[in-house]
Amino acid sequence: MSADLATYNFAYLDEQTKRMIRRAILKAIAIPGYQVPFASREMPMPYGWGTGGVQVTASIIGPDDVLKVIDQGADDTTNAVSIRAFFQKVADVAVTTHTKDATIIQTRHRIPEQKLTEGQVLVYQVPIPEPLRFLEPRETETRKMHALEEYGLMHVKLYEDIAINGRISKTYAYPVKVDGRYVMDPSPTPKFDNPKMHMSDALQLFGAGREKRIYAVPPHTEVVSLDFEDYPFEIQTFEQDCALCGAHGVYLDEVVLDDKGGRMFVCSDTDHCEDRREHGHVGAMLAQDSVKGQEAAE
Amino acid sequence: MATNTEAFSGGFSNPVFESQSIFRMLMDGMARPGTVRDVEHDAGQPEPLGQAAGAIALTLCDHDTPVWLSAGYAKSSVADWIGFHSGAPMTREKAEARFAFVEAGAALSSFGLFSAGTQEYPDRSTTLVIEVAGLDEGQSFTLSGPGILQTRSVEISGLPEAFLRLWADNRPLFPRGIDVILTAGRRFICLPRTTRITA
Repeated sequence: MSADLATYNFAYLDEQTKRMIRRAILKAIAIPGYQVPFASREMPMPYGWGTGGVQVTASIIGPDDVLKVIDQGADDTTNAVSIRAFFQKVADVAVTTHTKDATIIQTRHRIPEQKLTEGQVLVYQVPIPEPLRFLEPRETETRKMHALEEYGLMHVKLYEDIAINGRISKTYAYPVKVDGRYVMDPSPTPKFDNPKMHMSDALQLFGAGREKRIYAVPPHTEVVSLDFEDYPFEIQTFEQDCALCGAHGVYLDEVVLDDKGGRMFVCSDTDHCEDRREHGHVGAMLAQDSVKGQEAAE
Repeated sequence: MATNTEAFSGGFSNPVFESQSIFRMLMDGMARPGTVRDVEHDAGQPEPLGQAAGAIALTLCDHDTPVWLSAGYAKSSVADWIGFHSGAPMTREKAEARFAFVEAGAALSSFGLFSAGTQEYPDRSTTLVIEVAGLDEGQSFTLSGPGILQTRSVEISGLPEAFLRLWADNRPLFPRGIDVILTAGRRFICLPRTTRITA
């Protein structure tokens, strides 16, 4: 233990809290997609900053783990940086930005582009764990609907989408059915990532701090996005390639460059993008820049 | 009255890290049913409690989790040991128990009296920790279900006779149901309620 480790218990939470969360995690794994209530604690960060994910990570992390934290796919945005720093301070744990080196990846709303492997655990920060909440505000009723496997309302919602918009308009937090039983909110990840949850090699844990729920998808478990035979589930597609690394078939963020309509599309997964550039892949805008740079040097 | 010193002996020497390491084995074990985990930490549990079962008790039990013990454990110093080290209250009501520990060779007649949770709250169910003779050789079983790519085969010796029938009755209750951890000395495997077992 390093001498300047903050004087908290390892990983901030007290042992009784960890045991309570650990028991909830084991039951969550045993009932895939079911939301286990837990006594969520106040954390030294506000609700909405990932307190659920942080409590799950704090309860599972050990001194040998390597932690990666992403916020919308990026390792270098505020939420990711502060949570990473938090665990360095309270658990003295090794951190990385490389997906392949991490044993625990805490994520806010993306699944890394690189396929996750058996030794890895993906911890999601979840704002609203109940997929039926916007259709039925009463917890007593949604709980009964899950108990009776009564998901007609969700199908009506998707049908109304088609009737009004001509397609299912939900693009994130797209509902899934886990192991043929529970309808689950995959947290507000873009629906682009839904297929990665299906039969994943990695364990997926979900923590909602404000709503006090933990749920899980074990590895090699069926995760099916809800749809209709004549309106099958589809993921987003992008016409462009990543402007920096030229990647195709990955999730892209749009970045506005000026007030004259200039814009670029770049990988949302920063580690994936950096790794590709290190391996010599060059996107359209990076190529232009290097040509400009050479001209300037001449 | 003689003081039962066995109850006060043992315990984790480094509770924070040992319970974290045992929990990770339990989590990975539940996520990948049937994979054998090996507990190196000796929690100094009294006979006849096994090393894995003792470590699991100290990792998961506390004052929030009533514990039920089978007859063989109940008449030994296991109850006092778990109570002293974890603070867990003992119960004789199976339905109240969050954890139940069953010694090797004990007759299992039914899972019915243990809590299977409710349809609304299926997580409020008992986890059974059952000691068997061995997890490396013996009768071969095939497992399937979440956490298992196609099938996984396990070898178990000394599985209670009625277990397969009781397990077959447990699965249709889903999402209700009990979860099982089979321990053998320092080794254990997890069988969450979703796992299907065929001989």
